[in-house]
Amino acid sequence: MGDILALTVKLATVSTCMLLVLGTPLAWWLAQSRHWVKEVASAVVALPLVLPPTVLGFYLLVAMSPEGPVSRALAPLGIAPLAFTFPGLVAGSVVYSLPFVVNPIRNAFEAAGRRPMEAAATLRAAPLDAFFAVALPLAGPGLLTGAILGFAHTIGEFGVVLMIGGSIPGETKVLSIAILDYVETLQWGTAHRLSALMLGFSFCVILTMTVLEKRLLRGLR
Amino acid sequence: MSRIEAHFAGRIGGFDLDAAFTAPGSGVTALFGPSGCGKTTVLRCIAGLERLRYGHFSLSSEEVWQDGGSFLPPHRRAVGYVFQEANLFPHLSVTGNLRFGLRRAKAGAIAFGEVVDLLGLSRLLERAPGRLSGGERQRVAIGRALLSQPRLLLMDEPLSALDRMSKDEILPYLERLHDALSIPVFYVSHDLAEVERLADRLVLMEGGRVTAAGPIARLLADPALPFAARRDAAVVIDAAVAAWEPAYGLTRLAVAGAEMLVPGAAGALGARRRLRIAAGDVSLCRVAPQQTSILNVLPARVISLLPGEAHQVGVLLGLGDAGDGARLIARISAKSRDLLELAAGEAVFAQIKGIALVDSAAD
Repeated sequence: MGDILALTVKLATVSTCMLLVLGTPLAWWLAQSRHWVKEVASAVVALPLVLPPTVLGFYLLVAMSPEGPVSRALAPLGIAPLAFTFPGLVAGSVVYSLPFVVNPIRNAFEAAGRRPMEAAATLRAAPLDAFFAVALPLAGPGLLTGAILGFAHTIGEFGVVLMIGGSIPGETKVLSIAILDYVETLQWGTAHRLSALMLGFSFCVILTMTVLEKRLLRGLR
Repeated sequence: MSRIEAHFAGRIGGFDLDAAFTAPGSGVTALFGPSGCGKTTVLRCIAGLERLRYGHFSLSSEEVWQDGGSFLPPHRRAVGYVFQEANLFPHLSVTGNLRFGLRRAKAGAIAFGEVVDLLGLSRLLERAPGRLSGGERQRVAIGRALLSQPRLLLMDEPLSALDRMSKDEILPYLERLHDALSIPVFYVSHDLAEVERLADRLVLMEGGRVTAAGPIARLLADPALPFAARRDAAVVIDAAVAAWEPAYGLTRLAVAGAEMLVPGAAGALGARRRLRIAAGDVSLCRVAPQQTSILNVLPARVISLLPGEAHQVGVLLGLGDAGDGARLIARISAKSRDLLELAAGEAVFAQIKGIALVDSAAD
């Protein structure tokens, strides 16, 4: 059971880092741009919110299978197909959790508005400098919310993992899949323990997030 | 002295702007006009925060920030910008805010301690912006702008978001700034009283155009402009402290074409002061009044008569026997005008009941 937990946490941590690195610039662009393309991008990012995870997982599986477009694109770089591997799982999690990370960060950028960035510009801060010195700290609560939601959501995901990861112990067998396995093999005790763990964890995440966000926002006022 | 040249033209938010003016490289130039006349847009264009179809801005012939196709982004323009709402960074302390621009600017002459003293910020340094009053916040914003070592200070109605008390608290600081710094200041305002206190020159704007520009004393007394005909018309006059009469506690001030007495000490000999004389406080006599309690009775000449409302007329005067001194406006009744047979060129005596020193005494 330990290796299942370790793998789950590892997946969530790696995915969250990737989500923040990719999601923050994306959120910034969505908050700033006035181009119509932004609306399309915004809708694409939000898709995982409404798509059944199996649909998303199916397309990801097709893309990452040995004959899929992603695998073909990566083949010249010497990268093996991602389906049923840990990196594949990370890629799937990033796509699946993207709206949960991008939306709070984007909202935070939009709430801060243009004025602080204008002030920074008149104080000799170049755009990138102003982004790190002003926009990012002001979006702190949004970044934290995004990170926690991304982490928790990755831990809780099931459908996408099932489709593209399967259940390979040590590689793709994460908590939510393991619970299904235990139930199917009638190991109710273990399933109980893991489910209770998930329940407690989820509750703590939501509580921590609420408290932390309140505190951070108070600091900014 | 280098001249600042500005010209911006283009459409912004369904509004046509075409504003051009020049200003000297020192002193306070007020961009004055009703709300929505485009004065804030001009200021934003100067800072590079807004880019219109056409723009030209040069601080001097060597320092061109924008000209047709060339455009320096805001962070490469040496401006200090004070926003209407202070716009401090909420995640930084007062010190953090003050040092933000200082750290990024080229080394300059304006030192941290100097600004802290000038604006009275020493007690606020560790505070978070959220724990400052409106007036304190605006003082920090001014300090932050100054410490970015600007070659031009832009102030967008810095007092309009403040209540009466905070305004009175902050105006003396602005006046000290005026005296202590040699940086030119562009000051956007729609409050005439503020402008009378602070500005050396006016750029008058209406509907996206510049309608007049020049020294404030001249514009306020210009019969072609709306100021002189207002019911609450007033002139501002530059004066120098000429003598102190301790026996009566009076200060003698020299202005162009006359000397005036004001109660109280008005500064060291030679100190420059600004006077405001309301048209309603000036009455006229044909002959020098004998035995009057009014201290300031000055020979003057009528320059022109201004139309007034409700049986009132304004009389534009030039001080001195030749009428070539500072300008004054008297508001009198139409009947007085006829009784005194006033007309342009006539010699009169102006009796001044009230003189206000509008700038606070320099330290």
